[in-house]
Amino acid sequence: MTATGAIQTLSVGRPSTVDSGAPPLDARVVRRRLGPGRRIRFAFWVGPVVLLAAWAIGSKAGLISPAVLTAPWDVATAFQDQWADHDLLGDILASLERAGLGLAFGVLGGTVLAVTSGLSRVGESLVDGPIQIKRSVPTLALIPLFVAWFGIGQEMKIVTIALISMLPVYVNTHNGLRGIDGRYAELAETIGIGRGEFIRHVVLPGALPGFLLGLRFAVTSSLLGLVVVEQFNATSGVGHMMTLAEEYGQTDVLVVGLVIYGVFGFLADGAVRLAERRVLGWRRTLEG
Amino acid sequence: MATDTGGLTGRPATPAEPAPVSGRRPGDAGEPAVRVRNLHRSFNRNGGVLRGVDLDIAAGEFVALIGRSGTGKSTLLRALAGLDRDVEGYGQIAVPDAVSVVFQDSRLLPWKRVLDNVVFGLPAGDAVRRGKQALAEVGLAGREGAWPHELSGGEQQRASLARSLVREPRLLLADEPFGALDALTRIRMHTLLRKLCEAHKPAVLLVTHDVDEAIVLADRVILLDGGVVGADVRVNLCHRSQADPGFAPLRAFLLERLGVKELEVAA
Repeated sequence: MTATGAIQTLSVGRPSTVDSGAPPLDARVVRRRLGPGRRIRFAFWVGPVVLLAAWAIGSKAGLISPAVLTAPWDVATAFQDQWADHDLLGDILASLERAGLGLAFGVLGGTVLAVTSGLSRVGESLVDGPIQIKRSVPTLALIPLFVAWFGIGQEMKIVTIALISMLPVYVNTHNGLRGIDGRYAELAETIGIGRGEFIRHVVLPGALPGFLLGLRFAVTSSLLGLVVVEQFNATSGVGHMMTLAEEYGQTDVLVVGLVIYGVFGFLADGAVRLAERRVLGWRRTLEG
Repeated sequence: MATDTGGLTGRPATPAEPAPVSGRRPGDAGEPAVRVRNLHRSFNRNGGVLRGVDLDIAAGEFVALIGRSGTGKSTLLRALAGLDRDVEGYGQIAVPDAVSVVFQDSRLLPWKRVLDNVVFGLPAGDAVRRGKQALAEVGLAGREGAWPHELSGGEQQRASLARSLVREPRLLLADEPFGALDALTRIRMHTLLRKLCEAHKPAVLLVTHDVDEAIVLADRVILLDGGVVGADVRVNLCHRSQADPGFAPLRAFLLERLGVKELEVAA
């Protein structure tokens, strides 16, 4: 076939000779899925609901004695009692205010420090060392010092929560930032944008997955901090309620406090994960 | 002419410097868009990658740069792009103010939708309109809102071409832009690139390892050998295709200069 006119069409369509004796079966190996597969509806709630059911059934069947763990319905009664007679709502709001303020300062501080140390060598040499040292000192061990510095009021509580939630934000944001492909920086250079635009359009979006992971840790850390600082001379808050309950031996009220902390953490984590799904729509990962 | 010492590229953007090319007057018609003289670049003190490159590219001229791996093709391109801060060397370079670079990977920011990638860094105003126009020009009209990962490799590279052209460059630097594409997509991209360059008329420096691609696309093929320009051939084909009678001899010549023996070519 030298000239174009001589090109012959050899066969059109599917080959006609399939071995007629072969069974018409799908003889392939259909591969096992290695990723997590399709999303389950309300997946978020399945685990907690199963736990709650186990608690209820265990209490009803007498497997969990009330001395060990109060039954769910007794906790509900105690909740109602606290809500009606002991200003539980006020305690919850006071706790949320502390955790929220501390978290906000911590997240802001962690992000600013991470960007400073991630983008400038001078910043890194100044910031990163102290942070790594701070990481190895448990924040809770610093509380006596903070009490000496800030007293036992609101300030000490917020500073502690801020410090405790700053670290995961710093570490993960810094990590995400350093993981940004250097080729994007090169592209930004050829496009000729300034440092501010580079931070806004390349650095921050690129570090966002790391930041959000850090935020999830920070949210739970802030609640951990809350539990601890509210043991110190609090006159309001969920921790205050629990301290009183401990003194009076009210196990059911203690469990109310624990459940509230758990619900806080669970909802906050869910909120961050929802934000993650919204903001990181551009990613193609196993998350799906 | 801007003098380049150390790692600095003598880009004529800095106002303190004298006119970048000696005797250059604005609007001077015969002025080359790119002028490189005695360019030396080395990654360490003993081994030089570029050992005295001289190169002129006329305004609107399409030049392909070929050479074996490690001969400094990319080093030269990066020098023209002003991306060689940490490389030692000296020599003189003058390039236009508006330079765009197309990389082998499309380098679209994964967290920006296609249109936002195209107009990235452009001053607001009619950026969106121009971006849409550029996307239509590369055949991606309607894909403005897609995420980069939703595009095929060829489409991503089209978007990256649109991002370069929307900046109306006087010099387009392309570093093996089709290297990662499949053969069919590559043929389509060749046609598209020629069309776009004829419409926008930037000077083009295309780095490629593909001799056929160089001949089909370029007005001039430059061969880099041992850190200097080893051959500088004008392509005079009637049709830009391998069927042109001039294609085979030129291809044989360039391959021979690249050190590919005839037997290997036949095989």
